[in-house]
Amino acid sequence: MADLTLTNVKKVYANSVEVLRDINLDIKQGEFIVFVGPSGCGKSTLLRMISGLEDISAGTLEIDGQVVNDIPPALRGIAMVFQSYALYPHMSVYDNMAFSLQIAKENKANIDKQVRKAAEMLQLTPYLDRLPKALSGGQRQRVAIGRAIVRRPKVFLFDEPLSNLDAALRVATRMEIAALKEKMPESTMIYVTHDQVEAMTLADRIVLLSNGNIEQVGAPLELYEQPANVFVAKFIGSPAMNILPVTINKVGSQTNLAIDATTSVNLPLQLDKKEEGKKAQLGIRPEDFTMTALHKNDVLISGEIAFVEALGESTLFHVKTELHDELVIAKFPGVWDIQRGDALALAAPAEKLHLFAADGNNYSQ
Amino acid sequence: MLTSSSKKSSLTWLVHLSVFLLVLIWTIPTAGLFVSSIRDKDQLSVSGWWTALASSEQKVVYRTPVPDSQIQEADQYVLKGNLFADSNASVSAFGFSSLKPDAFVVGSTATMKKGKTLTVQANGDYVVTSPVPFTKRGQRIFYTADVPPRFTLDNYREVLGSEGLAKSFINSLTVTIPSTVIPILMAAFAAYALAWMRFPGRALLLVTVVGLLVVPLQMSLIPLLKAYNFIGESFGVGSKTYLGIWLAHTAFGLPLAIYLLRNYIAGLPGEIIESARVDGASDFDIFRKIVLPLSFPALASFSIFQFLWVWNDLLVAMVFLGNNEEQLVLTGRLRELLGSRGGNWEILTASAFITILVPLAVFFALQRFLVRGLLAGSVK
Ligand SMILES: Nc1ncnc2c1ncn2[C@@H]1O[C@H](COP(=O)(O)OP(=O)(O)O)[C@@H](O)[C@H]1O
Ligand SMILES: [Mg+2]
Repeated sequence: MADLTLTNVKKVYANSVEVLRDINLDIKQGEFIVFVGPSGCGKSTLLRMISGLEDISAGTLEIDGQVVNDIPPALRGIAMVFQSYALYPHMSVYDNMAFSLQIAKENKANIDKQVRKAAEMLQLTPYLDRLPKALSGGQRQRVAIGRAIVRRPKVFLFDEPLSNLDAALRVATRMEIAALKEKMPESTMIYVTHDQVEAMTLADRIVLLSNGNIEQVGAPLELYEQPANVFVAKFIGSPAMNILPVTINKVGSQTNLAIDATTSVNLPLQLDKKEEGKKAQLGIRPEDFTMTALHKNDVLISGEIAFVEALGESTLFHVKTELHDELVIAKFPGVWDIQRGDALALAAPAEKLHLFAADGNNYSQ
Repeated sequence: MLTSSSKKSSLTWLVHLSVFLLVLIWTIPTAGLFVSSIRDKDQLSVSGWWTALASSEQKVVYRTPVPDSQIQEADQYVLKGNLFADSNASVSAFGFSSLKPDAFVVGSTATMKKGKTLTVQANGDYVVTSPVPFTKRGQRIFYTADVPPRFTLDNYREVLGSEGLAKSFINSLTVTIPSTVIPILMAAFAAYALAWMRFPGRALLLVTVVGLLVVPLQMSLIPLLKAYNFIGESFGVGSKTYLGIWLAHTAFGLPLAIYLLRNYIAGLPGEIIESARVDGASDFDIFRKIVLPLSFPALASFSIFQFLWVWNDLLVAMVFLGNNEEQLVLTGRLRELLGSRGGNWEILTASAFITILVPLAVFFALQRFLVRGLLAGSVK
């Protein structure tokens, strides 16, 4: 019912800066979509174009099969929750939530019913008479969400709704948003964040943006396990994936990679003959490493530990290798009695390795 | 640590001291004006307002009434009476000639020419005796009296009544209130449009408004009057009307009002306005339900400025209303009094105080908005 289709959507601001290039995206009704990406990549711009607050420079946006490029925000059947909450500071919580219905001239009894229902759902009933300034950050955020709910929109738009909250509240509110989605399974939700944890935990599908392009669209674990390129690989997962320069030695039923003069590894991957001898990038997630001994022949990487981060539940080793300047990070569960300056030998199962071409794209796709 | 805290406290002291001085500088003349305006006019003319609570020494000439009331006692004709009609002053010295007005102490008897005598008591009772009957003119008595302070509203009664200040007061209000409300309303609409509505030529309009800020009032006064008269004539409207001065003040006030309000309104958080737009509010809804209530401090502070400026204005009033008795505003009336009653301080002080009464009331009623509004407008 509320499918959303973006076709070749572009955004160029007046100063002729191209903020979004050729965005194509299909969103099904009831999906929870998260736009994620580094700051300034155009997430908010894309969301605001969907809301109608920002013009679409080129391409079309369809909601329910109807092109809405020139339809004002209020008539698109969307509701938006802003990062700053954007509550009306001079109105009570009740009036904040009732505002859109009052503008639409709905009858009083109906407005009252809708507002109280939303307040009940968000545990805001005791605060209905208060002004926003007398609420905590979390409560304000819930009012902003309540204001969206009473409009019964087809599509909910959230722009970094949690970034003004402190860490503990952020986790709690994240769960509330997830619970809210479960209560309203038929609503489509589009959620913008720069925080990959929010993206991973909330999304049905993640849209990863960078520099005005969509890098990859997929389920959270799909992005984690099969990143389309080096950018996605490094963005999803914490600490970020290690990327090592390698050379493709031999192709065939397996691909043989030279890591350095003496070390090579076989990947279960069939590549074209023309790739042989080319430079490539090998990706290994810190948590995929296993510890081994220097003399064993499964050693992938070895080096001296530059520093150790003991987090209690896990330990991070930053290893200085001779392969390249960047430190390789390895993550092991639990506490380890290994100090800075010690030598460390790391191995990794071949099926956990990711191989990217020199231009960054994943070879297995 | 120690130095920084002592530095800070000495700075606070400096601030407190300057505030105190400012308050003093502002309060003392106002208080003086007020005290002067309620003093007795004779006392006002001989001593400053700071002596208002002390009794004042006055040298006075008194002439006894026509000698019908003389009575004959033995071989003397006697005139009795009291120097003071109603006050309870006391006499310290007296005399009968203008050359020596304080030659005798109270209670003593002065011997005059032709066998006449004069006795004055401290409470003002006097007795004049003469061997021959008093003829037509009364006897002059010079005396020095200590008059206790007297406060009176007579001055106010006089200026409000016979000097026509009450009428001017109403005239000033008639000019000022519409001249404040009209530009504020118009400017608020314009400011919202210039801040939050997208339309071609917006930047140009804004630049024009800023340009109009620097047009001197004196330069445009006469062309404006001519234009107004010309247009008024074709509609059969007289040249000196309240409508004319309202329009003039509106025109002169608008650029600054639009500029200040636009800056304030543009500083309101954009997400609130976008949120209202998503909620389905039209521009007019947003203006009325969101922007106006949130701009109240700015509106209030600009109202104060505009009100005070119009209230104190003389030039525009002279040009657009003239100085006919019927439409004379307070400032015009004050100027006239300065000419005609320049020596009568009691008239001038009372009139002046009536004039500053309204600005004072407006200021005290809205001062919290003034302070807050100014800060909000300049910081944000
Ligand atoms: N009104 C504007 N005019 C020009 N450039 C803009 C405007 N709004 C945003 N941008 C630019 O567009 C890019 C994307 O912004 P935005 O969508 O807000 O990023 P984010 O992904 O952090 O939400 C940024 O580089 C920003 O500088
Ligand atoms: Mg953003």
